[in-house]
Amino acid sequence: MRPSDYTILLVDDDQDYLFQLRVRVEGFGYRTLTAESQKEAEELLEKTRPDLAILDLMMENEDSGFILCYKMKKRYPDVPIIIATGVAAETGISFDIHDENNRKWIKADRFLEKGIRSERLKEEIDNLLLKNNR
Amino acid sequence: MSTLKILVVDDEPGIRSGVSRILRNFRVDYPFMDEAVEFEVMEAATGEAGIEIIDTGEPDILLLDNKLPGIQGIEVLEYIKKKQKNIIVVMITSYASLELAVKATSDGAYDFIPKPFTPQELKSSVENITKRVFLKKMTNKLQDTGKQIRFTFLSVLSHELKAPLNAIEGYLKMIRDRQNGTRLEDYDIMIDRSLDRIQGMRNLILDLLDLTRVESGKVKRNIAQVDLTTIARTAMDTMRPYAIQRDVTMNLQNDGPVLYNCDAEEMEIIFNNLISNAIKYNKEGGRVDFTLGRENGCLFIRVVDTGIGMSQAELEKIFDDFVRIKNEKTKNISGSGLGLPIVRKMIDNYAGKIEVTSAPDQGSTFIVRLPIDKPCS
Repeated sequence: MRPSDYTILLVDDDQDYLFQLRVRVEGFGYRTLTAESQKEAEELLEKTRPDLAILDLMMENEDSGFILCYKMKKRYPDVPIIIATGVAAETGISFDIHDENNRKWIKADRFLEKGIRSERLKEEIDNLLLKNNR
Repeated sequence: MSTLKILVVDDEPGIRSGVSRILRNFRVDYPFMDEAVEFEVMEAATGEAGIEIIDTGEPDILLLDNKLPGIQGIEVLEYIKKKQKNIIVVMITSYASLELAVKATSDGAYDFIPKPFTPQELKSSVENITKRVFLKKMTNKLQDTGKQIRFTFLSVLSHELKAPLNAIEGYLKMIRDRQNGTRLEDYDIMIDRSLDRIQGMRNLILDLLDLTRVESGKVKRNIAQVDLTTIARTAMDTMRPYAIQRDVTMNLQNDGPVLYNCDAEEMEIIFNNLISNAIKYNKEGGRVDFTLGRENGCLFIRVVDTGIGMSQAELEKIFDDFVRIKNEKTKNISGSGLGLPIVRKMIDNYAGKIEVTSAPDQGSTFIVRLPIDKPCS
């Protein structure tokens, strides 16, 4: 399959970050869907099954990304999810993403830093999609 | 019921059993304490045996005789100091020499009981110590809570400061890499968005300064009689360009002076915040009505808008630091999330109150009440 056969859902409440992420991911050749909140993403997911999702952590609530991830995995267990965080800032508030127990129930496939370089982001996306289609 | 452990170190068996007997059924209870305190007494005949119990039995209070067969009481005291044990020490001594008292106090003894002592003397000393232990526990607890709040504040703050930097950095990299080709015009949106984010960050920093001002309690306040109507007019003039841009009309409902003893700068901050919110969360063609007046011996400031309003759940959160109501209607509105917390803290300094009523799509009403002579009802 070619990259353009895959649709990637991007969710972030920072419209600038969302725009920049979309440009990057579309630059890799993938199609994208975007949502600016947990709520908007949930509405999208009612109608569509993306092939992968990249979620922000703090949106309407500080744990929106986790809740969204949990709900999404329930509905589409096979769709890989990347949670993008500003790590240092988002630990110690209500969740610690490095905590094994939290990771267990959150069930995200990858936790990535928001500042990740484009080549590595592409690698991560490719790996998850490939693993899924083997 | 909680228990404090008391260790008696004395070579006279009579003193040890006396202490045990006196404290066996003794309780300390004060209305301000969550629960009554009773005591468990442990005994040691020598300083060496005492140190062993100090290490294993973790006593809260130590009743210590100075004249002991082996090592002296003062050496036990030094041991406690060296090991940084959290134990309150009371010296029991038959001939309280001034020199010993000074030495023991400098080594951390809290109190003295002369020997022989009456049951009442022992009880009142133990009672005082119990109060002290309780207060110490409470202070530690409060400090921990304070640290937690500060930590959360700094975590969120660093997130709020990093987000615009990341956004601006992202745009700069896209421009550097000529993502949209070589025509400069094709980058206008990115440049405008970067400037918006810089402005947002500047506003956040200004709000932080206001918050510091009100929270530090160190900035000198200039309390004087000022005319709030004048301050309201100034605030409206400051906000007018923004109101015009959002197509919102502002009305000041009173024209006579309203005098009040306050810090003019603080009132400006309060008014600016309330008015800018009323414009920001309004609808196109909406209104902001600002009224000042007196009612039931109190001063009131009322700001009514015809804006997007809030739900009950949203209302409950708006005075918390960094809380921003995020929904479809507020998507393109920026703010630091510190405006209302600042307003509320400033009003607290005047022993005033702020009330809000709101309904989604109907608008919100903020009423500030400030006391004139007596508290506002």
